[in-house]
Amino acid sequence: MTDIPANPSGKASRSLPGMGWGAKIGWIVLLAYTVYAASLLEITWTRFAAGLGHGARFLGRMFPPDFARWQLLLQDLAESVEIAILASAVGIVLALPFGLLAARNLMPDWVSWPARLAIAVCRSFHPVIVAILFVKAVGFGALAGILALIVASIGFAGKLFAEAIEEVSLKQVEAVRATGASFFNVITFSVLPQVLARFIGFSTYQLDSNLRNSTMVGIVGAGGIGGTLFAAFQRFDYDFVCAILIAIIVLIMLSEAVSARLRATFQ
Amino acid sequence: MTPNARLGSGDPSRSLVIRRLRKEYVKGHPVLRDVDLTIEGRGITAIIGPSGTGKSTLIRCINRLVEPTAGEILFMGQDIARLRGRALRMARRRIGMVFQEYNLVERLSVIENLLCGRLGYVNPVAAWLRKFPAADIAQAFDLLDAVGLGAFAHQRADALSGGQRQRVGIARALMQNPDLLLADEPTSSLDPRTSVEIMELIAALAGRMGIPVIVNIHQVDIARRFATRIVGMAGGGVVFDGPPQTLGDDRLKSIYGGEGWLAT
Repeated sequence: MTDIPANPSGKASRSLPGMGWGAKIGWIVLLAYTVYAASLLEITWTRFAAGLGHGARFLGRMFPPDFARWQLLLQDLAESVEIAILASAVGIVLALPFGLLAARNLMPDWVSWPARLAIAVCRSFHPVIVAILFVKAVGFGALAGILALIVASIGFAGKLFAEAIEEVSLKQVEAVRATGASFFNVITFSVLPQVLARFIGFSTYQLDSNLRNSTMVGIVGAGGIGGTLFAAFQRFDYDFVCAILIAIIVLIMLSEAVSARLRATFQ
Repeated sequence: MTPNARLGSGDPSRSLVIRRLRKEYVKGHPVLRDVDLTIEGRGITAIIGPSGTGKSTLIRCINRLVEPTAGEILFMGQDIARLRGRALRMARRRIGMVFQEYNLVERLSVIENLLCGRLGYVNPVAAWLRKFPAADIAQAFDLLDAVGLGAFAHQRADALSGGQRQRVGIARALMQNPDLLLADEPTSSLDPRTSVEIMELIAALAGRMGIPVIVNIHQVDIARRFATRIVGMAGGGVVFDGPPQTLGDDRLKSIYGGEGWLAT
């Protein structure tokens, strides 16, 4: 037996912990700020009523949707899909080593901290901000969008991969390690089997997310349907805007169906 | 004269010598207090003792799943306590281990779990592609038959019962063709009948392959029945060491303390 000293008093407090005064102050501050911030917005009934009118006019001009320029629409959609798929493929492959290196249960601190930092940097900026940087770096077009979404994929998928690896059963890892297996064999035979199904799930979510974002990076000139959507807005072609929005909805629904099938296959 | 000498020397190349082995999880609170123990390269050595007395720690120090604080573990001409990196992996390949909770890779098939025992010999790409040498695959199927699970080769490990999983665990350890088999409470999660069957299997297969076994065990009757030597531990040290027939009630009292638990 170890000689760790017991609790000297020999008795724990018999009352249950309630909400501390720190937590109470926190809630009051949050409530007060919410009321203050709402008062700054000057939300009034007249403004709300006028807004309803604007909204109705806008919706009226959107219908019926105008699919006359369907060739342009399809071409832009295809470019968005291309951005999303290439960014997902490259981003997820790069996220794997980042996730592994960032897993604190398998890696020493001096490896996991830099990896976690890199992932955090990739996650800090919205893809549109990263896209602006890449448009400056490589010029207008799909390449900038692909690079921006690769960065986003490393940030998000890398973090999810690391968390999944940190949750594996170390008993299974220990048993494989005890056979004298090399580091990579331990990974492929004890870590990977435990995380593969979740990795497939995360990867399909990342593909979904990249698809959504690929319709947006075009707003800053990084390729895809976003540029056309933005232009249509600025030209008040609201019926074409509506057609684009419907096309994006169909695209996202299709991708949901495909990823659900993918996840079911690997579960 | 130590009790070990009475048991004969066995295969000297497979003997294990532990010298002044110390382990402190918390500094200043040793779980193992300078344990000295020599295990000849034969037979089944059962380690008994109360929970928390360092039995598991001792076994896990031998293949360095636990890092010893001080001391030597001499096996096959090396001090395992000093090995690092590749040399440590080479030493681990020679030592099979069976776990209390089986520790199978749940989502792999039974046969893949057995082939885990060969991972010290297969390069990562071949392992990933499941390109094991034909001899390894043949041995895996033979061993699976030997533990009575030939029909389960392609089932996933998480589909098996506890007793079946432990059979796979034993087969995986033996796939290493080890020079020493460690078993850390292999029967503690099993019912009494299955416990005996599992110990019979370990005794039979290790005996046939001539592999010395060190097993932690809680059930004294099972230890007496299968072991050729019993080591009693208490308070982080060895308090009894001898053949099963010399383990009387007075000895058990000194190992576990008290006597109310002994059936009269």
